[in-house]
Amino acid sequence: MKFFVTLCAICFSAVVMAQNCNSKLSGTIDDFHDGSKIIGASLYIESLDVYAVTDLNGDFKFSKLCDGNYNIKVSHIACETKILNIEVKGNTVYNITLEHHVEELELVNVKGSAIKTQTHSSQETVLKSKDLETYSSGSLGDALKQISGVNSLNTGNTIVKPVINGLHSSRIIVMTNGVRLQDQEWGIEHAPNIDINSAETISVIKGSGALAFGGDALGGVVVMSPQRVFLKDSLFGKTIATTQNNGRGFSLSSKLTKTYTEGWYVSGQGTLKKYGDFKAPNYSLTNTGLNSNGFSIHAGFKTFEQGFNVFYSYLNNEIAILRSSHIGNIEDLVNAINSQQPSIVEDFSYDINAPRQDVTHQIFKAEFYKRFKKFGRLEIQYDFQNNQRFEYDIRVGDDRDKAAIDLKLKTHSIKTALKLDSNHGNTYEIGLSANYQNNFANPNTGVRRLIPDYDKYDFGIYAITDITINDNLRLDFGVRYDFNYYDAQKFYLTSRWEERGYDVDFADLVIDDLGTQLLVNPKFKYHNISASAGTTYKINDEHSILFNYSLSNRAPNPSELFSDGLHHSAARIELGDLRIDQETSNRFALSYLFSSEKLIVNIETFYNHITDFIYIEPTGTEQTLRGAFPVWSYKQTNASLIGLDFSLDYNISKDWSFKNRSSVLRGRNLELNRPLIDMPSNKTVNSFQYSNKKWLNFNASIESELVLRQNDFPNNNFEAFIPTTNETVLVDISTPPPTYHLLHFNSDITFALNHKTNLNVGLSVQNVLNTSYRNYLNRLRYFADDLGRNIMLQLKLNY
Amino acid sequence: MKNLKSIFAIALISIAFVSCSSDDDAPAPVNEEEIITTLTATLTTAGSTITLTSQDLDGDGPDAPVINVSSPLVSNTTYTGSLDLLNETENPAESITEEIEEEDDEHQFFFSSGLVSTTYADMDEDGNPVGLLFTVTTTDAGTGNLTITLRHEPAKSAEGVSNGDITNAGGETDISVTFPITVQ
Repeated sequence: MKFFVTLCAICFSAVVMAQNCNSKLSGTIDDFHDGSKIIGASLYIESLDVYAVTDLNGDFKFSKLCDGNYNIKVSHIACETKILNIEVKGNTVYNITLEHHVEELELVNVKGSAIKTQTHSSQETVLKSKDLETYSSGSLGDALKQISGVNSLNTGNTIVKPVINGLHSSRIIVMTNGVRLQDQEWGIEHAPNIDINSAETISVIKGSGALAFGGDALGGVVVMSPQRVFLKDSLFGKTIATTQNNGRGFSLSSKLTKTYTEGWYVSGQGTLKKYGDFKAPNYSLTNTGLNSNGFSIHAGFKTFEQGFNVFYSYLNNEIAILRSSHIGNIEDLVNAINSQQPSIVEDFSYDINAPRQDVTHQIFKAEFYKRFKKFGRLEIQYDFQNNQRFEYDIRVGDDRDKAAIDLKLKTHSIKTALKLDSNHGNTYEIGLSANYQNNFANPNTGVRRLIPDYDKYDFGIYAITDITINDNLRLDFGVRYDFNYYDAQKFYLTSRWEERGYDVDFADLVIDDLGTQLLVNPKFKYHNISASAGTTYKINDEHSILFNYSLSNRAPNPSELFSDGLHHSAARIELGDLRIDQETSNRFALSYLFSSEKLIVNIETFYNHITDFIYIEPTGTEQTLRGAFPVWSYKQTNASLIGLDFSLDYNISKDWSFKNRSSVLRGRNLELNRPLIDMPSNKTVNSFQYSNKKWLNFNASIESELVLRQNDFPNNNFEAFIPTTNETVLVDISTPPPTYHLLHFNSDITFALNHKTNLNVGLSVQNVLNTSYRNYLNRLRYFADDLGRNIMLQLKLNY
Repeated sequence: MKNLKSIFAIALISIAFVSCSSDDDAPAPVNEEEIITTLTATLTTAGSTITLTSQDLDGDGPDAPVINVSSPLVSNTTYTGSLDLLNETENPAESITEEIEEEDDEHQFFFSSGLVSTTYADMDEDGNPVGLLFTVTTTDAGTGNLTITLRHEPAKSAEGVSNGDITNAGGETDISVTFPITVQ
């Protein structure tokens, strides 16, 4: 047997010997983008252990090769390493293209991190997965607050809307996995329908400079990106489990990703959250629980030259709203403000009763891209979103369990972008987008619609360019045009139609007269121009500056145009105005960044002048049989916002570090010459952190959060007659709550369970001293204190 | 290339979606069911009837309620009172009084006045007052107000509530009307 094998081996080697072993392999290596020759690239034939290097013309040559197939590894300092299988037969010529931009992509990175930013000259902050994981059990709005200049507008503690440099709602674009979120973001009590756990990194871009996402982001853009896919055979995931005493709840989130060298990948993620009534320091916040469940699936194929991906996500949030915040009329509001206590305090419960919201958001997306040699990258994307919002109010009789608001918003979008990157260092991008949106307000609620049925069509086109002058100076420019068209069908009470003077200005919109109600058909068009120009200049290794100017226009949202009627959950009459036109922002931003090994300081300043700024403010009261109600009307004015956001990171020693995040903002109503309503307070957050790698990667930090009283507020207080006491009293809806200071504690350790699996155990305490406080930007601040102490235990498993 | 085809297929489907989903049907009007447009208090005593009416036909609309008191009250007299509530946005007008009678344990009217005194003349199944029936007693002549408040889901057993004191009643206000009255 042994003999036979040996014989075979000899015969086989004889065959090999007989092969032609005088073949040559030669060729040229050039750049994929601009065709330039790549000098000094190395080629390595593993099986033979021989090298070749490209010369000044990009040429390489192997000689004395036997015919056959070879795996050749091609690498260059600035390129992605490529492994090619090349068949050599006689003298073979094989030309190779390399992707020469990897280095360039890394150039734009924030120093010392591996995170890509979305823009060059905008004031942008990137939150990495570690920053986000801490907030796994919370909301997007909570996580973003760690950035200086970002605050939140709350309805209780589970409905959290981000506020960027004083602006929120329709002035902020939220992008998730390349899709612009369309989830009725106009409403003050409509939080973004997004699971924070679906993002690996989040970029916050202040101002409207990122024109590729839209031209109407006067406040900024929040870009949530999923995990980047690396082309190797791998299966990895993570699970985060959190439990906390306040709310007696838990959150569980898990993610699993499988990738293949050939470029295929699939990733799934799911989150489950359940909380009962939360607690303020002195009482239970009855009916403030949350049930949330969501999942997403992301799959596709990715190579450097082309790829596609499909994405589906589902999220359902059932949110209880503080029972005591449901009030009848001005008298109840006065009672609530004066008593400083919630009127209803019951024992802890997981029940979610009215008033409550039940919102389901679904996203489907398909995307395809292809790169063309010596040209650029083309991408095309379609997405569909379905947002179903139910709001349940405290109602009587047969309607007890019927939703008071039942809105279904469907959005289809198509967009395409072409990015030209063949001109070394400079890129040009043009893009087109088109949207169709349909809102359906179900009449079966038995409550007159706050937001009418409408169809909306949007079309956008933009061009942006990014120019590298030299290693230290970059410029970028962008321009965008958007067209918006509303076709709405709305019922107005005849009395309201006349009171607003619409019977004079908009008589031609009426299509049906039902006696007490009129059916009208507003068709409004808006043309918007936005532009941006910016520069970054690196003075030396430590100092750099950034300047950016952006112009943007935003068409009014449905709420600003069409709101009309009693908003039961807020006990106020909200009135939109059909006459409202676009608002225009001119924003100037200047940043200074100092960065050394020990110290990083970032000072961001801005001035935002907004012409025809749309805002809502109390304008009086209206009497009904139920008593008087405050009226809040949408109005326009010229406004200015000026602010400074400061951040500092200092490594005191190997183990100790210090962090500061502070922001100052002033908003003025220039026409009335008084402060703007609902501007975030000035605040400063300072923390000391101790880390020791030897103690299982131990980290501990103590954080002090000081939020100053907002002294710049418009006085909208009014007097109201209280029938039961036969008195006229002042209704103080304007005075902001006092300054407060909170202490927070965080700590964590990491166990390496095996070489691939890590277990991180975190213990944190928020509001350590159980301080009672209220925040100016919490809509429920009239009714109850904010959250008391919360002890949270988090387990994080990376595998 | 296969990818490209599937993308085109998706794009085509999406266009089909867009073109199918518009509907031009006019929306249905909503007539609010829970709305109370009209409160009528009828005060009777031997030989005379006085009505106090507050009517707000546009509900939460901008028009204020129209308040009407048919005639002055007579001093040192006891009136038998009853309340009637209507939703007049429906045709025929819907009686809200019946709804309150059905859920009388969840409702209570409160009367307050510096000029006249009131007492309850009805009760729910738990023996607590409702206020659809009541009495008004006048003493000296003068002018003042009579305020009628309807609370939904009040704490009827809270201190003073069954005696007509609204302070601890809680609940939500469904009606709050102040009538200017004169006693002659």
